[in-house]
Amino acid sequence: MIRLSIPLRQALARLSLPLMIAAAFGMMLLGKADALLAERLRSHLSDALSPIYAALAEPTAAVRSAVEEVGFLVALREQNATLREENERLRRWHAAALALEAENEMLRRQLNFVPEAAPAFLTARVVADGGGIYARAVLLATGPQHAVRRGQVALDDRGFVGRVTEVGSRSARVLLATDMNSRIPVTLESSRSRAIMSGTNGARPRLAHWPEGVIPAEGERVVTSAEAGAFPAGLPVGTIRLSPQGAPEIELFARLDRLDAVRLFDYGLTGILPPESVARPEPRSRRR
Amino acid sequence: MAVPPNRRPQGRPAPASGLLRRVDAFARLAFPGFSTAFLMVLAAAPVALPSPVFAVTLPCVAFWSVFRPAAMMPPIVFLLGLLMDLLTLAPLGSGIIMLLLLQAVALRFRRFLARQSFLAVWLAFCVAAFGGAVLCWALQSLLALRLSPIAPALHAALLSCGLYPIVALVLTRVHEAMLQAENAP
Repeated sequence: MIRLSIPLRQALARLSLPLMIAAAFGMMLLGKADALLAERLRSHLSDALSPIYAALAEPTAAVRSAVEEVGFLVALREQNATLREENERLRRWHAAALALEAENEMLRRQLNFVPEAAPAFLTARVVADGGGIYARAVLLATGPQHAVRRGQVALDDRGFVGRVTEVGSRSARVLLATDMNSRIPVTLESSRSRAIMSGTNGARPRLAHWPEGVIPAEGERVVTSAEAGAFPAGLPVGTIRLSPQGAPEIELFARLDRLDAVRLFDYGLTGILPPESVARPEPRSRRR
Repeated sequence: MAVPPNRRPQGRPAPASGLLRRVDAFARLAFPGFSTAFLMVLAAAPVALPSPVFAVTLPCVAFWSVFRPAAMMPPIVFLLGLLMDLLTLAPLGSGIIMLLLLQAVALRFRRFLARQSFLAVWLAFCVAAFGGAVLCWALQSLLALRLSPIAPALHAALLSCGLYPIVALVLTRVHEAMLQAENAP
Protein backbone atom coordinates (compact mmCIF):
# COMPACT_ATOMS: atom_id res chain seq x y z
CA MET A 1 0.00 0.00 0.00
CA ILE A 2 1.21 3.44 -0.81
CA ARG A 3 1.74 5.42 2.35
CA LEU A 4 0.21 8.87 2.12
CA SER A 5 0.11 11.64 4.66
CA ILE A 6 -3.16 11.88 6.57
CA PRO A 7 -4.26 15.32 5.22
CA LEU A 8 -3.61 14.20 1.67
CA ARG A 9 -5.60 11.05 2.23
CA GLN A 10 -8.49 13.01 3.71
CA ALA A 11 -8.45 15.40 0.80
CA LEU A 12 -8.48 12.48 -1.61
CA ALA A 13 -11.38 10.89 0.26
CA ARG A 14 -13.33 14.11 0.10
CA LEU A 15 -12.51 14.59 -3.55
CA SER A 16 -13.25 11.07 -4.66
CA LEU A 17 -17.02 11.41 -4.70
CA PRO A 18 -17.13 14.54 -6.90
CA LEU A 19 -14.45 13.00 -9.07
CA MET A 20 -16.47 9.86 -9.50
CA ILE A 21 -19.60 11.81 -10.32
CA ALA A 22 -17.65 13.68 -12.95
CA ALA A 23 -16.37 10.37 -14.26
CA ALA A 24 -19.92 9.09 -14.38
CA PHE A 25 -20.93 12.04 -16.53
CA GLY A 26 -17.92 11.33 -18.68
CA MET A 27 -19.03 7.74 -18.96
CA MET A 28 -22.49 8.90 -19.93
CA LEU A 29 -21.09 11.11 -22.69
CA LEU A 30 -18.82 8.30 -23.82
CA GLY A 31 -21.75 5.93 -23.99
CA LYS A 32 -23.73 8.46 -25.95
CA ALA A 33 -20.87 9.22 -28.32
CA ASP A 34 -19.91 5.62 -28.96
CA ALA A 35 -23.06 3.55 -28.94
CA LEU A 36 -21.12 0.39 -29.70
CA LEU A 37 -18.99 0.72 -26.58
CA ALA A 38 -21.77 -0.31 -24.23
CA GLU A 39 -22.67 -3.22 -26.49
CA ARG A 40 -19.09 -4.42 -26.57
CA LEU A 41 -18.75 -4.11 -22.80
CA ARG A 42 -22.01 -5.96 -22.34
CA SER A 43 -20.99 -8.82 -24.56
CA HIS A 44 -17.66 -9.12 -22.70
CA LEU A 45 -19.53 -9.14 -19.42
CA SER A 46 -21.98 -11.81 -20.58
CA ASP A 47 -19.07 -13.88 -21.84
CA ALA A 48 -17.54 -13.69 -18.40
CA LEU A 49 -20.77 -14.38 -16.59
CA SER A 50 -22.15 -17.13 -18.78
CA PRO A 51 -20.41 -19.97 -16.85
CA ILE A 52 -22.07 -18.70 -13.66
CA TYR A 53 -25.46 -18.64 -15.29
CA ALA A 54 -24.88 -22.04 -16.82
CA ALA A 55 -24.15 -23.39 -13.37
CA LEU A 56 -27.23 -21.66 -12.04
CA ALA A 57 -29.48 -22.97 -14.78
CA GLU A 58 -29.72 -26.44 -13.27
CA PRO A 59 -31.09 -25.48 -9.83
CA THR A 60 -33.23 -22.77 -11.39
CA ALA A 61 -34.83 -25.30 -13.68
CA ALA A 62 -35.39 -27.62 -10.74
CA VAL A 63 -37.08 -24.88 -8.74
CA ARG A 64 -39.17 -23.83 -11.69
CA SER A 65 -40.31 -27.37 -12.36
CA ALA A 66 -41.17 -27.76 -8.68
CA VAL A 67 -43.25 -24.58 -8.81
CA GLU A 68 -44.97 -25.80 -11.96
CA GLU A 69 -45.62 -29.11 -10.26
CA VAL A 70 -47.33 -27.34 -7.38
CA GLY A 71 -49.41 -25.29 -9.80
CA PHE A 72 -50.33 -28.46 -11.62
CA LEU A 73 -51.40 -30.12 -8.38
CA VAL A 74 -53.57 -27.14 -7.54
CA ALA A 75 -55.15 -27.28 -10.97
CA LEU A 76 -55.61 -31.02 -10.64
CA ARG A 77 -58.36 -30.66 -8.07
CA GLU A 78 -60.39 -28.35 -10.23
CA GLN A 79 -59.74 -30.49 -13.27
CA ASN A 80 -60.88 -33.52 -11.35
CA ALA A 81 -64.16 -31.86 -10.42
CA THR A 82 -64.71 -30.84 -14.03
CA LEU A 83 -63.92 -34.31 -15.26
CA ARG A 84 -66.23 -35.87 -12.72
CA GLU A 85 -69.05 -33.64 -13.82
CA GLU A 86 -68.33 -34.36 -17.43
CA ASN A 87 -68.19 -38.05 -16.70
CA GLU A 88 -71.59 -37.82 -15.09
CA ARG A 89 -72.99 -36.06 -18.10
CA LEU A 90 -71.42 -38.55 -20.47
CA ARG A 91 -72.80 -41.40 -18.42
CA ARG A 92 -76.28 -39.98 -18.88
CA TRP A 93 -75.66 -39.63 -22.57
CA HIS A 94 -74.35 -43.14 -22.66
CA ALA A 95 -77.54 -44.42 -21.09
CA ALA A 96 -79.59 -42.35 -23.50
CA ALA A 97 -77.61 -43.62 -26.45
CA LEU A 98 -77.92 -47.24 -25.43
CA ALA A 99 -81.64 -46.85 -24.85
CA LEU A 100 -82.01 -45.21 -28.22
CA GLU A 101 -80.00 -47.91 -29.84
CA ALA A 102 -82.14 -50.61 -28.30
CA GLU A 103 -85.29 -48.80 -29.28
CA ASN A 104 -84.00 -48.37 -32.76
CA GLU A 105 -83.21 -52.03 -32.93
CA MET A 106 -86.71 -52.86 -31.86
CA LEU A 107 -88.24 -50.40 -34.28
CA ARG A 108 -86.34 -51.93 -37.10
CA ARG A 109 -87.55 -55.31 -36.16
CA GLN A 110 -91.13 -54.26 -36.14
CA LEU A 111 -92.43 -51.39 -38.10
CA ASN A 112 -95.87 -50.00 -37.30
CA PHE A 113 -94.57 -49.12 -33.86
CA VAL A 114 -96.72 -46.90 -31.69
CA PRO A 115 -94.37 -44.44 -29.98
CA GLU A 116 -94.82 -43.70 -26.32
CA ALA A 117 -95.73 -40.24 -25.24
CA ALA A 118 -93.00 -38.28 -23.48
CA PRO A 119 -93.67 -38.83 -19.83
CA ALA A 120 -94.30 -36.02 -17.41
CA PHE A 121 -92.19 -36.05 -14.31
CA LEU A 122 -91.72 -34.13 -11.13
CA THR A 123 -88.68 -34.04 -8.93
CA ALA A 124 -89.02 -34.57 -5.23
CA ARG A 125 -86.48 -34.36 -2.47
CA VAL A 126 -85.67 -37.40 -0.37
CA VAL A 127 -86.23 -36.44 3.25
CA ALA A 128 -85.86 -39.72 5.11
CA ASP A 129 -84.43 -43.17 4.59
CA GLY A 130 -86.15 -46.29 5.79
CA GLY A 131 -89.11 -46.19 8.05
CA GLY A 132 -92.40 -47.72 7.30
CA ILE A 133 -92.83 -51.38 6.89
CA TYR A 134 -90.20 -51.89 4.21
CA ALA A 135 -86.55 -52.21 4.97
CA ARG A 136 -85.48 -50.35 1.86
CA ALA A 137 -87.73 -47.39 1.26
CA VAL A 138 -87.35 -43.63 1.20
CA LEU A 139 -89.74 -40.87 2.08
CA LEU A 140 -90.18 -38.01 -0.37
CA ALA A 141 -91.40 -34.55 0.44
CA THR A 142 -94.12 -33.61 -2.01
CA GLY A 143 -96.67 -30.87 -1.97
CA PRO A 144 -100.43 -31.15 -2.11
CA GLN A 145 -100.29 -29.53 -5.52
CA HIS A 146 -98.28 -32.40 -6.93
CA ALA A 147 -100.22 -35.19 -8.41
CA VAL A 148 -98.27 -38.06 -6.96
CA ARG A 149 -99.89 -41.38 -7.55
CA ARG A 150 -99.20 -44.91 -6.46
CA GLY A 151 -97.35 -46.85 -9.08
CA GLN A 152 -95.29 -43.95 -10.36
CA VAL A 153 -91.74 -44.83 -11.29
CA ALA A 154 -88.89 -43.16 -9.44
CA LEU A 155 -85.56 -42.59 -11.18
CA ASP A 156 -82.51 -40.74 -10.01
CA ASP A 157 -80.06 -39.10 -12.39
CA ARG A 158 -78.61 -42.45 -13.42
CA GLY A 159 -81.32 -45.02 -13.41
CA PHE A 160 -84.19 -46.87 -11.85
CA VAL A 161 -84.78 -46.37 -8.12
CA GLY A 162 -88.16 -47.85 -7.28
CA ARG A 163 -91.88 -47.28 -7.24
CA VAL A 164 -94.21 -45.12 -5.22
CA THR A 165 -96.10 -47.30 -2.80
CA GLU A 166 -97.84 -44.88 -0.48
CA VAL A 167 -99.00 -41.36 -1.04
CA GLY A 168 -99.85 -38.95 1.71
CA SER A 169 -100.93 -35.38 1.30
CA ARG A 170 -97.38 -34.04 1.72
CA SER A 171 -95.22 -37.08 1.37
CA ALA A 172 -94.81 -40.19 -0.63
CA ARG A 173 -92.96 -43.39 0.06
CA VAL A 174 -90.88 -45.10 -2.56
CA LEU A 175 -90.11 -48.79 -2.32
CA LEU A 176 -86.55 -49.16 -3.52
CA ALA A 177 -85.53 -51.84 -5.95
CA THR A 178 -83.26 -53.39 -3.33
CA ASP A 179 -86.05 -54.16 -0.89
CA MET A 180 -86.91 -57.76 -0.33
CA ASN A 181 -90.46 -57.13 -1.45
CA SER A 182 -89.52 -55.55 -4.74
CA ARG A 183 -90.04 -57.52 -7.92
CA ILE A 184 -89.33 -55.68 -11.11
CA PRO A 185 -89.83 -57.11 -14.59
CA VAL A 186 -86.67 -56.50 -16.55
CA THR A 187 -85.22 -57.22 -19.95
CA LEU A 188 -81.65 -58.29 -20.55
CA GLU A 189 -80.70 -55.86 -23.22
CA SER A 190 -78.52 -57.92 -25.51
CA SER A 191 -80.42 -61.19 -25.38
CA ARG A 192 -83.85 -59.49 -25.12
CA SER A 193 -84.94 -62.10 -22.64
CA ARG A 194 -87.29 -61.28 -19.82
CA ALA A 195 -86.48 -61.82 -16.19
CA ILE A 196 -87.44 -60.63 -12.76
CA MET A 197 -85.21 -58.53 -10.58
CA SER A 198 -85.95 -59.40 -6.98
CA GLY A 199 -84.56 -57.41 -4.09
CA THR A 200 -82.70 -59.03 -1.22
CA ASN A 201 -82.33 -56.08 1.15
CA GLY A 202 -78.69 -56.13 0.08
CA ALA A 203 -76.99 -53.70 -2.27
CA ARG A 204 -77.47 -55.88 -5.35
CA PRO A 205 -80.85 -57.35 -6.24
CA ARG A 206 -80.85 -60.83 -7.64
CA LEU A 207 -81.94 -61.81 -11.10
CA ALA A 208 -84.56 -64.51 -11.22
CA HIS A 209 -86.76 -66.37 -13.65
CA TRP A 210 -84.78 -65.84 -16.77
CA PRO A 211 -85.72 -68.18 -19.58
CA GLU A 212 -83.98 -71.44 -20.07
CA GLY A 213 -81.09 -71.45 -22.49
CA VAL A 214 -80.14 -67.85 -21.78
CA ILE A 215 -77.05 -67.22 -19.74
CA PRO A 216 -76.95 -63.73 -18.27
CA ALA A 217 -73.54 -62.41 -19.17
CA GLU A 218 -71.37 -60.38 -16.85
CA GLY A 219 -71.69 -56.68 -17.68
CA GLU A 220 -74.88 -57.03 -19.68
CA ARG A 221 -77.20 -54.09 -19.39
CA VAL A 222 -80.57 -54.57 -17.79
CA VAL A 223 -83.55 -52.34 -18.55
CA THR A 224 -87.13 -52.42 -17.41
CA SER A 225 -89.61 -54.41 -19.35
CA ALA A 226 -93.10 -53.36 -20.32
CA GLU A 227 -94.39 -56.76 -19.37
CA ALA A 228 -97.56 -56.67 -17.30
CA GLY A 229 -98.01 -52.98 -17.89
CA ALA A 230 -96.35 -51.87 -14.68
CA PHE A 231 -93.34 -50.14 -16.20
CA PRO A 232 -92.47 -48.61 -19.50
CA ALA A 233 -89.85 -50.50 -21.43
CA GLY A 234 -86.26 -49.47 -21.55
CA LEU A 235 -85.62 -47.56 -18.33
CA PRO A 236 -81.98 -48.12 -17.40
CA VAL A 237 -81.73 -50.37 -14.34
CA GLY A 238 -78.23 -51.72 -14.03
CA THR A 239 -75.67 -54.21 -15.23
CA ILE A 240 -75.31 -57.90 -14.52
CA ARG A 241 -72.60 -58.94 -12.10
CA LEU A 242 -71.99 -62.51 -11.16
CA SER A 243 -71.75 -63.12 -7.43
CA PRO A 244 -68.90 -65.23 -6.05
CA GLN A 245 -71.30 -68.17 -6.06
CA GLY A 246 -72.03 -67.56 -9.72
CA ALA A 247 -75.54 -66.21 -9.27
CA PRO A 248 -76.36 -63.27 -11.49
CA GLU A 249 -76.97 -60.09 -9.55
CA ILE A 250 -77.72 -56.62 -10.77
CA GLU A 251 -75.52 -53.68 -9.98
CA LEU A 252 -77.92 -50.76 -10.12
CA PHE A 253 -77.04 -47.60 -11.98
CA ALA A 254 -78.85 -45.56 -9.35
CA ARG A 255 -76.94 -44.74 -6.22
CA LEU A 256 -79.49 -45.85 -3.66
CA ASP A 257 -77.18 -45.27 -0.71
CA ARG A 258 -77.03 -41.55 -1.35
CA LEU A 259 -80.28 -40.49 -2.87
CA ASP A 260 -81.05 -36.83 -2.48
CA ALA A 261 -83.69 -36.23 -5.09
CA VAL A 262 -85.62 -38.51 -7.37
CA ARG A 263 -87.74 -37.90 -10.40
CA LEU A 264 -91.20 -39.40 -10.34
CA PHE A 265 -92.40 -40.34 -13.80
CA ASP A 266 -96.03 -40.81 -14.52
CA TYR A 267 -96.39 -43.20 -17.40
CA GLY A 268 -100.05 -43.67 -16.70
CA LEU A 269 -99.57 -47.39 -16.27
CA THR A 270 -101.83 -49.24 -13.90
CA GLY A 271 -100.97 -52.82 -14.73
CA ILE A 272 -99.95 -53.94 -11.28
CA LEU A 273 -99.98 -51.47 -8.45
CA PRO A 274 -97.59 -52.03 -5.61
CA PRO A 275 -99.08 -53.46 -2.49
CA GLU A 276 -100.15 -51.23 0.32
CA SER A 277 -97.39 -51.29 2.81
CA VAL A 278 -99.60 -51.20 5.86
CA ALA A 279 -101.93 -54.10 5.69
CA ARG A 280 -105.00 -52.53 7.16
CA PRO A 281 -107.53 -55.10 8.21
CA GLU A 282 -110.32 -54.92 5.76
CA PRO A 283 -113.73 -54.61 7.26
CA ARG A 284 -114.86 -58.15 7.30
CA SER A 285 -117.38 -58.71 4.62
CA ARG A 286 -120.31 -60.90 4.87
CA ARG A 287 -119.45 -64.47 4.66
CA ARG A 288 -120.77 -66.00 1.59
CA MET B 1 -32.17 -2.57 14.33
CA ALA B 2 -30.02 0.52 14.62
CA VAL B 3 -26.40 -0.36 14.81
CA PRO B 4 -24.42 1.56 17.37
CA PRO B 5 -21.68 3.67 15.86
CA ASN B 6 -18.39 1.99 15.66
CA ARG B 7 -16.86 3.15 18.90
CA ARG B 8 -13.52 1.61 19.62
CA PRO B 9 -12.75 0.77 23.20
CA GLN B 10 -10.07 2.80 24.88
CA GLY B 11 -6.66 1.32 25.29
CA ARG B 12 -7.04 -1.30 22.58
CA PRO B 13 -3.80 -3.10 21.78
CA ALA B 14 -2.36 -2.51 18.36
CA PRO B 15 -3.27 -5.27 15.92
CA ALA B 16 -0.59 -7.72 15.07
CA SER B 17 0.59 -7.17 11.54
CA GLY B 18 0.60 -10.81 10.60
CA LEU B 19 -0.30 -11.94 7.11
CA LEU B 20 -3.50 -13.56 8.34
CA ARG B 21 -4.64 -10.38 9.99
CA ARG B 22 -3.97 -8.36 6.89
CA VAL B 23 -5.91 -10.84 4.79
CA ASP B 24 -8.70 -10.64 7.34
CA ALA B 25 -8.79 -6.87 7.18
CA PHE B 26 -8.78 -6.92 3.41
CA ALA B 27 -11.62 -9.41 3.37
CA ARG B 28 -13.65 -7.14 5.59
CA LEU B 29 -12.86 -4.19 3.37
CA ALA B 30 -13.70 -6.04 0.17
CA PHE B 31 -16.76 -7.91 1.37
CA PRO B 32 -19.38 -5.18 0.79
CA GLY B 33 -18.35 -4.50 -2.77
CA PHE B 34 -17.92 -8.12 -3.77
CA SER B 35 -21.04 -9.35 -2.05
CA THR B 36 -23.07 -6.61 -3.72
CA ALA B 37 -21.61 -7.41 -7.13
CA PHE B 38 -22.28 -11.11 -6.57
CA LEU B 39 -25.86 -10.45 -5.57
CA MET B 40 -26.34 -8.30 -8.66
CA VAL B 41 -25.01 -11.03 -10.90
CA LEU B 42 -27.29 -13.54 -9.22
CA ALA B 43 -30.23 -11.18 -9.57
CA ALA B 44 -29.49 -10.80 -13.27
CA ALA B 45 -29.77 -14.55 -13.79
CA PRO B 46 -32.20 -15.26 -16.59
CA VAL B 47 -35.38 -16.41 -14.87
CA ALA B 48 -38.90 -15.64 -15.92
CA LEU B 49 -39.18 -12.71 -13.52
CA PRO B 50 -38.62 -8.99 -13.97
CA SER B 51 -34.96 -8.43 -13.33
CA PRO B 52 -34.45 -7.34 -9.71
CA VAL B 53 -30.92 -6.02 -10.23
CA PHE B 54 -31.91 -2.45 -9.44
CA ALA B 55 -33.88 -3.54 -6.40
CA VAL B 56 -30.99 -5.60 -5.05
CA THR B 57 -28.28 -3.02 -5.66
CA LEU B 58 -29.96 -0.10 -3.94
CA PRO B 59 -30.37 -1.60 -0.46
CA CYS B 60 -26.81 -2.96 -0.44
CA VAL B 61 -25.22 0.30 -1.48
CA ALA B 62 -27.36 2.34 0.90
CA PHE B 63 -26.73 0.02 3.83
CA TRP B 64 -22.98 -0.09 3.44
CA SER B 65 -22.78 3.65 2.75
CA VAL B 66 -24.57 4.39 5.99
CA PHE B 67 -23.01 1.81 8.25
CA ARG B 68 -19.58 1.14 6.78
CA PRO B 69 -18.60 3.91 4.38
CA ALA B 70 -14.95 2.95 4.56
CA ALA B 71 -15.70 -0.24 2.69
CA MET B 72 -18.15 1.28 0.20
CA MET B 73 -15.89 3.87 -1.38
CA PRO B 74 -16.95 5.98 -4.36
CA PRO B 75 -14.78 4.06 -6.85
CA ILE B 76 -16.45 0.83 -5.76
CA VAL B 77 -19.84 2.46 -6.13
CA PHE B 78 -18.78 3.63 -9.57
CA LEU B 79 -17.90 0.09 -10.59
CA LEU B 80 -21.11 -1.28 -9.12
CA GLY B 81 -23.07 1.35 -11.05
CA LEU B 82 -21.27 0.39 -14.24
CA LEU B 83 -22.09 -3.27 -13.58
CA MET B 84 -25.70 -2.35 -13.00
CA ASP B 85 -25.90 -0.38 -16.23
CA LEU B 86 -24.38 -3.26 -18.12
CA LEU B 87 -26.65 -5.83 -16.52
CA THR B 88 -29.88 -3.87 -16.88
CA LEU B 89 -29.29 -2.63 -20.45
CA ALA B 90 -29.70 0.92 -19.21
CA PRO B 91 -27.76 3.68 -21.00
CA LEU B 92 -24.22 3.84 -19.62
CA GLY B 93 -23.82 6.30 -16.79
CA SER B 94 -27.38 6.68 -15.56
CA GLY B 95 -27.06 3.96 -12.91
CA ILE B 96 -23.60 5.20 -11.91
CA ILE B 97 -24.83 8.72 -11.29
CA MET B 98 -27.87 7.49 -9.42
CA LEU B 99 -25.82 5.25 -7.13
CA LEU B 100 -23.21 7.95 -6.52
CA LEU B 101 -25.87 10.49 -5.62
CA LEU B 102 -27.52 7.93 -3.37
CA GLN B 103 -24.20 7.44 -1.66
CA ALA B 104 -23.66 11.16 -1.34
CA VAL B 105 -27.04 11.52 0.34
CA ALA B 106 -26.36 8.54 2.58
CA LEU B 107 -22.99 9.95 3.60
CA ARG B 108 -24.48 13.36 4.24
CA PHE B 109 -27.11 11.97 6.64
CA ARG B 110 -25.05 9.07 7.85
CA ARG B 111 -24.46 10.26 11.42
CA PHE B 112 -28.15 11.06 11.76
CA LEU B 113 -29.38 7.79 10.23
CA ALA B 114 -27.06 5.52 12.20
CA ARG B 115 -28.74 6.68 15.38
CA GLN B 116 -32.30 6.13 14.17
CA SER B 117 -34.47 3.09 14.58
CA PHE B 118 -34.74 0.54 11.81
CA LEU B 119 -38.16 1.78 10.74
CA ALA B 120 -36.91 5.33 10.29
CA VAL B 121 -33.96 4.11 8.24
CA TRP B 122 -36.30 2.01 6.13
CA LEU B 123 -38.59 4.97 5.54
CA ALA B 124 -35.64 7.14 4.56
CA PHE B 125 -34.47 4.39 2.24
CA CYS B 126 -37.91 4.20 0.62
CA VAL B 127 -37.84 7.93 -0.10
CA ALA B 128 -34.32 7.61 -1.47
CA ALA B 129 -35.26 4.59 -3.59
CA PHE B 130 -38.17 6.41 -5.19
CA GLY B 131 -35.96 9.43 -5.75
CA GLY B 132 -33.32 7.21 -7.31
CA ALA B 133 -35.83 5.48 -9.55
CA VAL B 134 -37.24 8.76 -10.78
CA LEU B 135 -33.72 10.08 -11.36
CA CYS B 136 -32.82 6.95 -13.31
CA TRP B 137 -35.97 7.28 -15.39
CA ALA B 138 -35.28 10.97 -16.05
CA LEU B 139 -31.70 10.26 -17.10
CA GLN B 140 -32.78 7.43 -19.37
CA SER B 141 -35.45 9.59 -20.96
CA LEU B 142 -32.94 12.38 -21.42
CA LEU B 143 -30.32 10.11 -22.95
CA ALA B 144 -32.81 8.45 -25.27
CA LEU B 145 -34.41 11.82 -26.08
CA ARG B 146 -37.89 10.43 -25.64
CA LEU B 147 -40.22 9.88 -22.71
CA SER B 148 -40.11 6.27 -21.55
CA PRO B 149 -42.88 4.87 -19.32
CA ILE B 150 -42.25 5.54 -15.65
CA ALA B 151 -44.11 2.51 -14.30
CA PRO B 152 -41.17 0.04 -14.49
CA ALA B 153 -38.96 2.42 -12.53
CA LEU B 154 -41.61 2.77 -9.84
CA HIS B 155 -42.06 -0.99 -9.72
CA ALA B 156 -38.33 -1.41 -9.24
CA ALA B 157 -38.38 1.17 -6.45
CA LEU B 158 -41.25 -0.61 -4.74
CA LEU B 159 -39.44 -3.91 -5.06
CA SER B 160 -36.28 -2.47 -3.56
CA CYS B 161 -38.29 -0.97 -0.68
CA GLY B 162 -39.70 -4.42 -0.03
CA LEU B 163 -36.31 -6.10 -0.30
CA TYR B 164 -34.57 -3.67 2.04
CA PRO B 165 -35.63 -5.32 5.34
CA ILE B 166 -34.40 -8.73 4.19
CA VAL B 167 -31.11 -7.37 2.92
CA ALA B 168 -30.66 -5.19 6.00
CA LEU B 169 -31.38 -8.11 8.30
CA VAL B 170 -28.62 -10.21 6.77
CA LEU B 171 -26.18 -7.34 6.37
CA THR B 172 -26.73 -6.20 9.97
CA ARG B 173 -25.69 -9.64 11.16
CA VAL B 174 -22.60 -9.51 8.97
CA HIS B 175 -21.81 -6.00 10.11
CA GLU B 176 -22.12 -6.96 13.78
CA ALA B 177 -19.83 -9.93 13.21
CA MET B 178 -17.29 -7.58 11.58
CA LEU B 179 -17.50 -5.16 14.50
CA GLN B 180 -16.92 -8.01 16.93
CA ALA B 181 -13.93 -9.18 14.96
CA GLU B 182 -12.50 -5.66 14.90
CA ASN B 183 -13.09 -5.03 18.58
CA ALA B 184 -11.63 -8.32 19.66
CA PRO B 185 -8.36 -7.84 21.46
